[in-house]
Amino acid sequence: MEKAPIVRLRGVTKRFDDVVAVDSLNLDIFQGEFLTLLGPSGCGKTTVLRLIAGFESLDQGEIIMNGTSLGGTPPNKRNVNTVFQSYALFPHMTIFDNIAFGLRMKQLDRSLIRKEVGEALSIVKLSGMEERKPHQLSGGQQQRVAMARAIVNKPQVLLLDEPLSALDYRLRQEMELELKRIHRKLNITFVFVTHDQEEAISMSDRIAVMNQGRIEQIGTPTQIYEEPENMFVARFVGEINIFEGRITEIFNGSATVDIHGRPFRVHNRKNFSCGQHVKVLLRPEDILVTRDEDAKPASPSLGGAIDEVIYKGKTVDLIISLDAGETIFATQFFNEDQEDVVFRQGQRIHVEWPYGWEVVL
Amino acid sequence: MVRKSRFRNFAIGSPMLWIAIFVVVPYIIVVLFSFLTRDPEGIVRWEFTLANYREIISPVFLRVCKNSFILALGTTAITLLTAYPFAYILTRIDENIRRFLLLLMIIPFWTSSLIRTYALIILLKANGILNTLLLSLGLIDEPLSILYTETAVFIGLVYTLLPFMILPLYASLQKLDRSFIEAARDLGATSRHVFFHIVLPLTLPGIIAGSTMVFLPALGLFYIPDLLGGARSMLIGNFIKNQFLTTGHWPLGSAACVILTLLMFMLLLWYFISTRKAHSGGMETVR
Repeated sequence: MEKAPIVRLRGVTKRFDDVVAVDSLNLDIFQGEFLTLLGPSGCGKTTVLRLIAGFESLDQGEIIMNGTSLGGTPPNKRNVNTVFQSYALFPHMTIFDNIAFGLRMKQLDRSLIRKEVGEALSIVKLSGMEERKPHQLSGGQQQRVAMARAIVNKPQVLLLDEPLSALDYRLRQEMELELKRIHRKLNITFVFVTHDQEEAISMSDRIAVMNQGRIEQIGTPTQIYEEPENMFVARFVGEINIFEGRITEIFNGSATVDIHGRPFRVHNRKNFSCGQHVKVLLRPEDILVTRDEDAKPASPSLGGAIDEVIYKGKTVDLIISLDAGETIFATQFFNEDQEDVVFRQGQRIHVEWPYGWEVVL
Repeated sequence: MVRKSRFRNFAIGSPMLWIAIFVVVPYIIVVLFSFLTRDPEGIVRWEFTLANYREIISPVFLRVCKNSFILALGTTAITLLTAYPFAYILTRIDENIRRFLLLLMIIPFWTSSLIRTYALIILLKANGILNTLLLSLGLIDEPLSILYTETAVFIGLVYTLLPFMILPLYASLQKLDRSFIEAARDLGATSRHVFFHIVLPLTLPGIIAGSTMVFLPALGLFYIPDLLGGARSMLIGNFIKNQFLTTGHWPLGSAACVILTLLMFMLLLWYFISTRKAHSGGMETVR
């Protein structure tokens, strides 16, 4: 992202009565990117969107678009459009009139409006629905109309407020792909708000994880998932196992962490010092599980027993009770070479992980 | 199950019986009387005639009708124009203030509307509160003669019927999803556009309901013109009342009743059709 930001939020603060919804937030949004604001409900992500759209006024800070402060610019004068969570399709208008609304406000030529609406409908694959009323469409179709109504105005930034949350699982996955396709096709900047981490990871160029009105971490989906910068991000995005440990030795670029009396070799990216208490984080799919009846691992490992085996088709999920008392979660992929390796409940096992796959905080 | 259905029959049946005895039966009598001949000695003579309807379609009655319609329409227009912004703001303000304002609107119903109309006389008469106030403020030099004019009747009707306009409007504005307004703003609409393209069409059922609830009573309320308009203002309601209680011409009064009912029926039919249309236009919520 070498480009100049199209929207910049500088020290943006918004309070509702005494509750701080957005807390001196800084954020740069770049031309053409798909940025997701991810966080639990009440983290301020929707408020950020509404501030950019102009539905809420700032208490502090400023929002700069194309180099000029948006200050008191009302929503109808901003070059952004919103796809609402409830779609907010005008119930008394046909699909055509809904989509044409923004163009009519700009007082465009009638034939041009007809052409643009037709194009928008074909992008969302709803051609032929012009004369229907919103209540005659399914939820997924209404969603597409809401998209068409926004993109027909060719905004610089498209704001999407949990647009998929009202759809069922299969439709949601279908729409995720559709959204990505539309994003690529139009080259409009998308700012997408969701509490669904899977949605965020599969669609975004960048994710900003929000909590209590602040951004906890911003980065690519890979960075967010593989290298969480703090415990909030680690816990919120995906499943994670947490081991308490203490640094016992420091090497050049690596360190030894003592976990339940076993010395584990880890990367030392954050310049830990000797004796420091740390948390070692591991994704379930990064954990290696070895049955005691097979060869015992040579490197340090933790002993335990299998509590539960959950067959998932592609993978098998294991819930493991470690001898030290913790319960951890491990996902194992089926190994074509060792089809006879079967995990059973109650079986004794050892867990370890490849050097460097851990995150130490 | 038996007990449940017995309760249901009772709950639906008793009001139905009430309406049958005290509304339908008298109304059949009125329709019947409107085709009978007046009997100066008694009430009616059992002779079929269309004379009452012929007499009704006279210039006098038509003028009464016209006056009534103009006054009822004016009342509807004024109440609509004042109630709409009021109801709109009511949906926007702090919950506590809103409850207080709604309470203020309900309180007058604790007193008989007749008594409140008498109170208006005290307010409007030559040496009444309004004139005294305006004189002492130096806004007028001599008392305005409002009482016993059409203006007084107008004031009385608007005052009495305003809540019946506010409540349906408030209900439909309250139901209006804020996100429709935001979506329209987002798509570039000015406040004026938002009002005429979104808010007004979506609250049309409330406007129609309120207008019906003001217009129909405004045609029939006879005591307000009686008390505030004096002898000069004659409306349909007064005309009917006079035929029954003053001149004793029951068949003519009955014919006027039937005509008024037919007019109201046509208005209700229009209301029904237009709300049905608004509903098929998708007044249901989007989700």
